[in-house]
Amino acid sequence: MGALETEEQTDLREGVDRETIQTVKAMSGTYKYGWDTEIETEYAPKGVNEDIVRLISEKNGEPEWMLDWRLAAYRRWVQMEEPRWAMLHYPVIDYQDQYYFAKPKSMAVKPKSLDEVDPKLLATYEKLGIPLKEQMILAGVEGTETRKVAVDAVFDSVSVGTTFKEELKKAGVIFCAISEAIREYPELVKKYLGSVVPQSDNFFATLNSAVFSDGSFVYIPEGVRCPMELSTYFRINAENTGQFERTLIIAEKGSYVSYLEGCTAPKRDTHQLHAAVVEIVVLDDAEVKYSTVQNWYPGDAEGRGGIYNFVTKRADCRGARSKVMWTQVETGSAITWKYPSCILRGEEAQGEFYSIAIANNAQQADTGTKMVHLGRNTKSRIVSKGISAGRAQNTYRGLVSMHPRATGSRNYTQCDSLLIGDKCGAHTVPYIEVKNNSSRCEHEATTSKVDEDQLFYCRSRGMDEEQAVALVVNGFVKDVLQTLPMEFAMEAQALVAISLEGSVG
Amino acid sequence: MAVPQAKVDALAARIAGLSFEREGWLGAARVEALSRLSSMGLPGKRDEYWRYTDPTDLIQPRTATAALFDAGDEPPVFDAIDRITLVFVDGVFDAAASDDPALAGVEITRLSQAPDLHWARDLYGVLEARGQSPVQRPLAALATAFATDGLLIRVTGKAAKPVSLVYRHDSETSDAILHHCVRLDPGAELTLLESGPGAARFTTAMEVEVADGARFHHVRVQGRDHQRRAATHVFARLGAESLFKSFTLTANGVLTRNEVVLELAGDDGVAHVAGAAMGDGAFHHDDTVFITHDAERCESRQVFKKVLKHGAVGVFQGKILVKQGAQKTDGYQISQSLLLDEDCQFLAKPELEIYADDVKCSHGSTSGAIDETALFYLRSRGVPLRSAQALLVLAFLAEAIGEIEDELIVEDIRQRLENWLARHEY
Repeated sequence: MGALETEEQTDLREGVDRETIQTVKAMSGTYKYGWDTEIETEYAPKGVNEDIVRLISEKNGEPEWMLDWRLAAYRRWVQMEEPRWAMLHYPVIDYQDQYYFAKPKSMAVKPKSLDEVDPKLLATYEKLGIPLKEQMILAGVEGTETRKVAVDAVFDSVSVGTTFKEELKKAGVIFCAISEAIREYPELVKKYLGSVVPQSDNFFATLNSAVFSDGSFVYIPEGVRCPMELSTYFRINAENTGQFERTLIIAEKGSYVSYLEGCTAPKRDTHQLHAAVVEIVVLDDAEVKYSTVQNWYPGDAEGRGGIYNFVTKRADCRGARSKVMWTQVETGSAITWKYPSCILRGEEAQGEFYSIAIANNAQQADTGTKMVHLGRNTKSRIVSKGISAGRAQNTYRGLVSMHPRATGSRNYTQCDSLLIGDKCGAHTVPYIEVKNNSSRCEHEATTSKVDEDQLFYCRSRGMDEEQAVALVVNGFVKDVLQTLPMEFAMEAQALVAISLEGSVG
Repeated sequence: MAVPQAKVDALAARIAGLSFEREGWLGAARVEALSRLSSMGLPGKRDEYWRYTDPTDLIQPRTATAALFDAGDEPPVFDAIDRITLVFVDGVFDAAASDDPALAGVEITRLSQAPDLHWARDLYGVLEARGQSPVQRPLAALATAFATDGLLIRVTGKAAKPVSLVYRHDSETSDAILHHCVRLDPGAELTLLESGPGAARFTTAMEVEVADGARFHHVRVQGRDHQRRAATHVFARLGAESLFKSFTLTANGVLTRNEVVLELAGDDGVAHVAGAAMGDGAFHHDDTVFITHDAERCESRQVFKKVLKHGAVGVFQGKILVKQGAQKTDGYQISQSLLLDEDCQFLAKPELEIYADDVKCSHGSTSGAIDETALFYLRSRGVPLRSAQALLVLAFLAEAIGEIEDELIVEDIRQRLENWLARHEY
């Protein structure tokens, strides 16, 4: 980041959003979450095989049926080939050269409450800005109402704790680690696990089905509006270790939940694998809002290190008038392969996808969504903003499919790409399949560079070039930021500035 | 990657009955094309750019029969245009039915005579080979290797008259393979017209070199034959300040795949590719267009419109690739379909791949039924339903037809469309 002037000076100027300046200033420096926690870690032996799958299952104290499910997935995975259709270039991944299970030793005996959790772990989350305390979390702006956010914290392969569990229980909401849900609520897990993303879905999801170690489980009973926002914070700490988490959210009839997800990892010279699966089941009249701020370590400017992020996220809108809203801010990871999707099965179901994907330096992102319209009068909206800088490649890949029976359905897609610098790439690969005539499909995409006039205006007001670019970019992504819950919007806005650092000049 | 055995076998079966000429410069080009083809194999349903179009009918060893079509009292296409007509019957040049090629003021030679023209030697199979990457087009290589006829057209100045290639279909089982080369010298200008179904199965490739400052206009009408199967390819390379304009009107045909592969190689080039397709019933129409910007300040436009009814299927795969350094590119692409009844399908993959930052590229794609409010308005003004529908269909296609420069040709196409729509037949 170029030298920022003092706040007082900045304040004097018109047309400069003070919040942006402050957040940019606060975030100046390099990847903020790149430190690691020195903690004794217990690893499973390197590599993946049936014994490792058994070991993970045993560590989690799982019943027989779960082990069988994992083994079935593993046996399929061995037969599968890694997909290479995405516009991503990375060396062959040696799946045997990494750890599939890493757990802080202090978690050997699962703490009964947050008070018993290793202070080092609590300090880690505190430092990340996610205090694992049952306290009000400030909404970020003074004077606004305070809100509660329940947090499930996943550290490498295990969940270290979940806040506000009891209070949620009173409302009938189950929010816990998935490992716990498998033991405590086997009927629910059995019924829904793999029902949205089947074991055999794709290479990475199948691997996840075999080796997932933890993740979050959410169950919102009929008619319940979840009293607070739920969030899961994923942290990869151990070296050479993959993280494979699995999230399952079930929203019964007429329920509502807003779920947030955040992720970071320390700076390492080697690539680390992250292959998650998120399944969401939405029944009649229910609504799920799922927001992600993905800030895995992106690697350095030369492309050394960084997370390989291969994620399968899918929501099944089974019920009539059910609704899912995916919002993602993708700023981290060396490689992003991620397509949060909606199966719009119920009549009048709605799916929305809002995405900001930022790729800088040597980052590569291939991300988008699938909207599969199966039910009548279903609606979907896609707003994707891709920003490329440095030598990065950023691809929007999406599918909108209107089945013959999905009559009267609507889709609107807007994909905009912004290029900063002449060595990066921005690509759009939409698939549009319309198989009935009463549905309407609209797709628009544009690619442009940062508007010179806007930049000039900002510069003429005394901003330096990087500040000006950050401001213009913030304007470019505003549509998406607005759909994020407040705390995330603040964080995301700051991330947009930080991710573009060094992209100018 | 090794070609799967099934593809190797399919290719062997497809080319088994075809004659192959190894002699001379042309033979050498054909040998190279065959080797390209062998390394790719014929297209298969699982290939990325064949996911929406089943190539089976285009690759099977023998073509399905296609009944001959009688257009009745309809005047021939481009009848009102003063032109030189060159006729091919089931893919074989018919000199007796054709005008004297010399009248066009351009050099026209028959491929089967294989004269050793240095310009043709530098062009035949060359643009096709360049067009094989990053996406393979095996049927184009097939046309280069096995073309039984075709024309070598060289334009050195402004052509006196448009050259009209008429493809007649006289045999129900004809399986024609053609390959044309067109070379426009710097500053030259030519209008090339193509019409007719060609054959029961028609596989063609045309390579067009448009030198600096040259202008090439291409207007094509792919007949109304219901049972035609066609795979056509146009490969063009554009020099600085050159112009390339291509428009295709397609009416019916069981299966039509039109590929256009353009390379803007010189600064300030302009390329417009447009298509209007109308399909009724068993109709599968596929436009696959790749435009590569490899020079500065070039403009490209893709405008594709499809009107579909009774289960017709429309496919559009279009790509704008802007290479690094192709600054100030202006790329535009629109693909739209009008689905006149329930069981039609529109499948589209409009792509952008951009490696330069100072560019303006956009694409849009829409599909849906006819606008009920517009229809209601027209009917409330006393326009009968059929006429109102015809009017709205014409309005929908207008943007694509508007890409043709010659007003006389626009009028010919428009009247033809009106006529078809009035009779409620294509």
